[in-house]
Amino acid sequence: MNDSPIRVLLTKIGLDGHDRGIRLVATGLRDAGMEVILTPPWMKIDDVVWIALQEDVQVIGISSLSCDHLVVPKLMQRLRESQLDDVVVVLGGIIPKCDVPSLMDSGVAAIFHPGTSLDQIASEIRNHVAARRLVAAIA
Amino acid sequence: MSASRQARMIPDQSLARWSWEYAQQVPQPEIERRNRSGIVVKPLYTPQDWDSSRYQADLGYPGQAPYARGIYPAMYRGRTWSRRMLVGLGTPEDFNLRQKEMLASGTTAVNFIPCNSVFRGYDIDEVDPLLIGTCGTAVNTLDDMRIALDGIDLGAVSLGMNDPSPFTLAAFVMLLAEEQNTPWSDLTGTSNQADFISHYVANHMFYRLSLEGSRRVLLDHIRFMAAQAPGWNTLSIVGQHMQQAGATPAQTLGFTLSSALWYVDSCCRSGMNVDDFVHRFTFFFDSSISLFEEVAKFRAGRRLWARLLRERFGAKSPRSLRFKFHAQTSGVDLTQQQPINNIARVALQALAAVLGGAQSLHTDAYDEALATPSPETAIIAIMTQNIIAEETGVADVIDPLGGSYYLETLTNEMEQKALDVIESVDSRGGMFEAVRTGFVQAQIGESARQFQEKVDSGEQTVVGVNKYRLPEEEEADMPIYRPDQRAIAAQYERLARYKKERSQATLRRGLDELARAAGDPARNVFGAVIEAIRSGATHGEVVGTLRTELGFGSPYPGT
Repeated sequence: MNDSPIRVLLTKIGLDGHDRGIRLVATGLRDAGMEVILTPPWMKIDDVVWIALQEDVQVIGISSLSCDHLVVPKLMQRLRESQLDDVVVVLGGIIPKCDVPSLMDSGVAAIFHPGTSLDQIASEIRNHVAARRLVAAIA
Repeated sequence: MSASRQARMIPDQSLARWSWEYAQQVPQPEIERRNRSGIVVKPLYTPQDWDSSRYQADLGYPGQAPYARGIYPAMYRGRTWSRRMLVGLGTPEDFNLRQKEMLASGTTAVNFIPCNSVFRGYDIDEVDPLLIGTCGTAVNTLDDMRIALDGIDLGAVSLGMNDPSPFTLAAFVMLLAEEQNTPWSDLTGTSNQADFISHYVANHMFYRLSLEGSRRVLLDHIRFMAAQAPGWNTLSIVGQHMQQAGATPAQTLGFTLSSALWYVDSCCRSGMNVDDFVHRFTFFFDSSISLFEEVAKFRAGRRLWARLLRERFGAKSPRSLRFKFHAQTSGVDLTQQQPINNIARVALQALAAVLGGAQSLHTDAYDEALATPSPETAIIAIMTQNIIAEETGVADVIDPLGGSYYLETLTNEMEQKALDVIESVDSRGGMFEAVRTGFVQAQIGESARQFQEKVDSGEQTVVGVNKYRLPEEEEADMPIYRPDQRAIAAQYERLARYKKERSQATLRRGLDELARAAGDPARNVFGAVIEAIRSGATHGEVVGTLRTELGFGSPYPGT
């Protein structure tokens, strides 16, 4: 079983630049033993895919506070086209309930709403990565 | 034994008795309580903490030094605060409709919020349509602004524009005023978000030009407006971003005043006289739910600003010394869980701002933690202000908490804490350097982390989040504002048509002139921005030209 540290790309796509949340999550995941690559905000979807490939991450975490999550389905599409289906994509921030079903349908693994503790985020990420590694080992 | 000695004996004995009885009723050992700024809060304050022999030194009268009680002699008896609601959504037509609804519901001023794409310095055709109009109004051209402000008397209403450097929205307003024969000298309003230091530190979304380029354009804007539109507040120094990013209220006050001092210093160094421009500086603060702490922050701010301007820059005019501030109820205190509770939070936050003597106030709508407010929730937010202004009676008395043993002690403590922050920034060469080297950002990040720890551990209660949670299914499912995609598509067509139909030769000349002005320190860049727009340039083209000439701004080194 692969037990090397989980590599996480934390990023913001779209236009918003509020980064209090993503910085806190970066600190929390590092404290939980993960390797975190934190980008500035305003990444384009192609930039995210490129960094994910170069850095060989298992997880992409997107922070969205003002509707930037609306373009996440486009990111999921580009990841599939780049054979990055095995990357776990999680979202955090202000994600209204009405958007949750379509985001989950597009392949997002988990959505963390305000009030989620850093421990919960870390443990859910760990579970998702473990599940994917298991699937990969069987395949 | 003298009479005065005897008079002190009696309270001392009763105080001793009280302390003993208090200790009986409180579980021991008692947990120390601190406010968000880290100041220890005692269970009781008495004349031993503050007494009225300090009245003249600490408080004085409203409109007089040291300004603790308010910047105007009559405060809300003369004129209540401006009920100013941020409005920003969808297309220019959507803005116009919502703004008129707000004006009809008690709002007394305009506060225009452009789309995030505009904040980033782009026209909409540079950005994914899904991101347009969700959090602000898509406005790229003079034509767009004409629609947005249609039917609003530009000379009669104060126009707050959320408008980072190079102030294209202010330029749109000035050209519209010209069309309507309203002299620029009749315009009143504010260049909100002119404080580029705050964007470099915290609200990165608004940061467009390099630090040096931002400084150049801001100074030119201040100089241009002082001469041409003297009723315009050219710089609103923003503490809100830093507090939203995690700074404590005392840190926020200290850092914000440090920024303000740096701006004043820059203007003075460029040859301006402090009493000629500083009365057009205003402040913009968060009002959090830590009620007394916020009131103390605002009162301490008034005292510090007047004192520092006098001590450091020799400001003499009373109008220079007035700490005018706009307050916005704090968004980070609002919760996605049980969102209707936010109405109660906003009312208390707004009360803090009013008790603190705000000149202008925006109240968040209860769904603002989730999305752009719907028309219904925005009306509740403005009605909350109307209730505070006209039902509660709190506006009848000036500085009604003044003289409270607790509040006066706390005001002194907040002032000292903010002064410590200012001195720590001074020792690093002033705010520009303290920000450029990352000192301020690190301090704010640490405060954010500490606050989050308190929420995670339950030490800081957040109702509905870490306490009093309701089962998921009982949570309200709210309708979320989203712009009409057909209207957004039409806005793209409108921009394409605008770009096609203007005179390309005139446009070229306008943008070339703008580039030349940017390259020539003797010329006023903001004047050239107005002329470029007059020649047909869009918002994105103006910002793009200045990014080429003055440097692209990123608060992230190496990007």
